[in-house]
Amino acid sequence: MATDGVDKGRRRFLTATTSVVGGAGIVVAAVPFIKSWEPSARAKTAGAPVEADISKLEEGQMVIFEWRGQPVWIIRRTQAQLDALPSQDARLRDPKSTNTEQQPAFAQNEYRSMKPEILVLVGLCTHLGCAPQLHPELKPEPFDADWKGGFFCPCHKSRFDMAGRVYQGVPAPTNLVVPPYSFVDDNHIMIGVNAEGAA
Amino acid sequence: MMANFLTRAGTGLQDWFNERAPSFGPFYRKHMSEYYAPKNFNIWYIFGVLSMVVLINQIVTGIFLTMHFKPSAAEAFNSVEYIMRDVEWGWLIRYMHSTGASAFFIVVYIHMFRGVMYGSYKRPRELVWVLGMLIYLVLMAEAFLGYVLPWGQMSFWGAKVIISLFGAIPYVGGALTEWIMGDYLPSDATLNRFFALHVIALPLVLLLLVVLHIFALHEVGSNNPDGVEIKKGPKGNRWSQAAPADGIPFHPYFTVKDTFYTGFFLLICAFILFFEPTVGGWFLEHDNFIEANRLVTPEHIKPVWYYTPFYAMLRVIPDKLFGVLTMFGAIIILFFLPWLDRGKVKSWRYRGTGFRVALFVLGICFVWLGKIGAGPGTDPVETIVGRFLTALYFGFFAFVWAYTYFGWEKTKPVPERVTTHD
Amino acid sequence: MQQTRRSIVGFVLGLGLALAPAAMAAGGGALQASSTSLSDRGSLQNGAKLFFNYCSGCHSLKLMRYSRIAEDLGLTEDQVMQNLNFTGAKFGEQIPRTMNPDDGKAWFGNAAPDLSLVARAKAGGPDWIYTYLKTFYLDPSRPIGWNNTTFPNASMPNPLWELQGIQTAVFKTGPEGEPVFDRFELHQPGSMSPAEFDVVARDIANFLRYAAEPAALQRHAVGVWVILFLSLFTFLAWLLKQEYWKDVH
Repeated sequence: MATDGVDKGRRRFLTATTSVVGGAGIVVAAVPFIKSWEPSARAKTAGAPVEADISKLEEGQMVIFEWRGQPVWIIRRTQAQLDALPSQDARLRDPKSTNTEQQPAFAQNEYRSMKPEILVLVGLCTHLGCAPQLHPELKPEPFDADWKGGFFCPCHKSRFDMAGRVYQGVPAPTNLVVPPYSFVDDNHIMIGVNAEGAA
Repeated sequence: MMANFLTRAGTGLQDWFNERAPSFGPFYRKHMSEYYAPKNFNIWYIFGVLSMVVLINQIVTGIFLTMHFKPSAAEAFNSVEYIMRDVEWGWLIRYMHSTGASAFFIVVYIHMFRGVMYGSYKRPRELVWVLGMLIYLVLMAEAFLGYVLPWGQMSFWGAKVIISLFGAIPYVGGALTEWIMGDYLPSDATLNRFFALHVIALPLVLLLLVVLHIFALHEVGSNNPDGVEIKKGPKGNRWSQAAPADGIPFHPYFTVKDTFYTGFFLLICAFILFFEPTVGGWFLEHDNFIEANRLVTPEHIKPVWYYTPFYAMLRVIPDKLFGVLTMFGAIIILFFLPWLDRGKVKSWRYRGTGFRVALFVLGICFVWLGKIGAGPGTDPVETIVGRFLTALYFGFFAFVWAYTYFGWEKTKPVPERVTTHD
Repeated sequence: MQQTRRSIVGFVLGLGLALAPAAMAAGGGALQASSTSLSDRGSLQNGAKLFFNYCSGCHSLKLMRYSRIAEDLGLTEDQVMQNLNFTGAKFGEQIPRTMNPDDGKAWFGNAAPDLSLVARAKAGGPDWIYTYLKTFYLDPSRPIGWNNTTFPNASMPNPLWELQGIQTAVFKTGPEGEPVFDRFELHQPGSMSPAEFDVVARDIANFLRYAAEPAALQRHAVGVWVILFLSLFTFLAWLLKQEYWKDVH
C-alpha cells in the first residue's frame, strides 16, 4: 500500500479510538440482551415471599410450603430433638454452620433457626437436589445406629441432623439451606424476606 | 517483547489456517481487501451496506424475541406485551425489531431506486438485479408473516385479507386459502406455522439469497454513478498494478466510509426508536394494540406502509382477480427491467431527458400510491387518481421499453473514466 | 455530487411531506390537545389516584402491575396498597377490575374493556381520552341515559359527573336536515370549575398514556445517552474516513 504523505500516527490513533469506542458500544448494547434473561417481573411476582401459617403445627410435625418452586419445610422440633443436637457435633462436617452461604446470619447458631423450636429449611439435598425424608425419632435406624433424628436422602444416602447439618462420610458437601424468612407474628412466617435488621 | 510474541502468534495462527483452509485468505482478499470498488461512489451507494446492518439487527433481536414470545392465538398478544413490560429491556429489543422492519424497507427501496437511477441492473449485472428482486420478494413475505405474530387486530385482519388474495386464483383458490391457514380463518394453526416460517424458513432463504447477491456482484464488480465499467478502463493504481485505475480497495476505504454512514443511520434509527417508536401509527399501527377479534373488523384495514403502494392498486381496481394480478404484476414486472430497458447508457446522468422524467414520475407514483393505500379509501376521486397512477406505474415500463427499443433516447456522451468522488 | 446530495434530501423530504397529512388525519380533527407529559410525576400520581377511584371499578388494567406503578411513579408499597389497590390483589400482581364482568354486562350491555392499552389503540392517544372524558352528555334516548360526542353510543355513563357536573348537548340542523353537534350546556354544575376538571381529565389521560407504555419513561432517559454516544462514534468514524480518503485522488 502506498504511504506517501500519510500521517500514520494519526491514522493509527483514529483507527484505535474508533474501534475502542465502537467496541465499547457493542459491549454496552449487549447488556440489555444479556439482562433479558434475568427473571422477569412475572417470575419475580411468582417468586415473591410466601406467608406460612404455622398455628396448627404440632410439636414434632412438619409442613411443606412452596417458595420459588422449591419445597420449604417448617418443623416444630421437640425438646428432646433440640437437646440431642450438641451430641452430634463431633460427627458433623460443619457443626458451627461456618459456611455462610447455607443460612442467613440470624440462623448461624446451634439450632440454625430464629426461634429454637421452629426449623425452616429448603427441602432439597445439597448433593444433587433430591428430597430428603424426615426420620424424626431418636432411635437406631438401618442407615445409622446412633440416630438422633434428622433427614435421610434416599437417592445417595446423605444424612442430616435435626438442624439440617450434614454428617461426615456422606456425598452431600454442605448443610441444608435455611431460606431467608421472618416472623410476621407468632403463628405466621414470611418465607423469602429476612427479618429487618437481620440481613 | 510482548508485541513480538503477539506478531509471531498471529502469523502462526494464519499459517495454521492457510494450511488447513487455503481458500480463506483468497476469499477475504476477493471480497474485502482486494475487492476494487469504483472510487466515485456517492451517498446512494451506502444503502446496500445499511440493509446488511438491518438484516443483522433483525436476526439478533428476532432470536431474543423468540425466547419470550408465545406462538399461540391465546397467548401471542399478551406475550408481546409481556416482552414490552415484564422482560428486562424487552421493550428495547422489541422496538429494535419493529423499527428495524420499517428501516429495512426504507433502505431497500432507496437501494432499488439507486439501481434504476444508475442502471445497475444492466448487463453484466442482470443476475445481481434478479437476485436482489428475489430478496425483496422474500422480504415482503417475511415482513407479512412477522406482522401477523403479535396477533393484534391488524395482524388478524391483515392476514385474512392477504391470504384471501390467493382465493382469487380460479378453481383452487378456496382450497388453497384453507390450506395456508390450516383452518377456515386465521387461527392458532396459522399463527404457529407463520411463526415457523418467519423465524426459520424465510430467514434461511433470505441469508442464502443475500450471499448469492453479494457473490454475483463481486464477480462482475460494482457499477457507479457514472455507469462506467472500471474494469474496461486503464489498469494500475497505487495499490495494485493489475487492478482498475479507478478502483480502490473495499477495505479500508469503504469499510471506514460505511462505518461512518452506519453511525449516522443508527443515529436516525435511535431517534425514532427512543422518541417516537410508533411513528404516529406508521411503524406500529393503533389497531394492532387491540387483541385480535374475529367478530369485529377494524374501521380501516390497511397494511403497513411498505405494502401500501401495491395495496392501493388492489383497491382501486374493481375486479378481484384483475386487482390481484395487477398488484403482483407491479412487483413481477420489476424482474424484467434489465430486458425491458435496452438503452446502452447506464447512469441517468447521461441518459435522455425522457428517462429522467419517467423515473421521477415513477417515484412520485409510488409514494402517492403508498399514501392512497394507507388512507381510508372512501374518496371516489382518490380511486380515479389511484387508477391513473397505477397506469402511470406500468406506463413507466412500457415507456422505457419503447424509448430504448425504437431508439428515441438522446443520450449524452459518457466519459471514459469516472468523474467525481467525495 | 452536490446535485445527488440535494436530490436525496429532496427525495426524503418529499416522502415525509407526502406522509405527514395522512398522519395528521389519523389523529382525528375534533380532538382537544391534552398536553399530557410523562415527565410530570405529580400529574401521573394524581391520574393514578383518579383512575383507581373513578375507573377501576369497571375497568381492569390487566397488563400493569401495582409494583410497577409504585416503582415508576415514586410511590411506596404501602401508599399503593392502601390508596390504589381496592381488589385485595398482591403487590406484584396485575390489576383486575373490582366489578364482576357479568354485572357489567347486565348493567351496561357490555363488560367494560381493559384499559391497559387504550392510549395506544386509539388514534390521538391521550388526546382522545382527554376529549372523551370531557364530552359526556345527558341523552334520554340511550338505555343508560348518557351519550358521548367523541365515541357516540358508547354504553358508558359519565363516571366523573359529580366533578364535572351534568352537561346536555345542543344540536343544530345540518344542510340535509340531520342534527349536527353545536355545543354543550351545563345542566347541573359539579363540584369543580371547568378549569379544575380539565386537570382531572388531563391527569387520567396522562396516567393511561403511561400505563399503555410504562417503558416510555425509560425510553426517553436511555435514548438521550444512546444519541450522545452515537454522535460521538459517528464523529470519530467521520474523522477516520476523512483521514483514509486523503489517499484517494
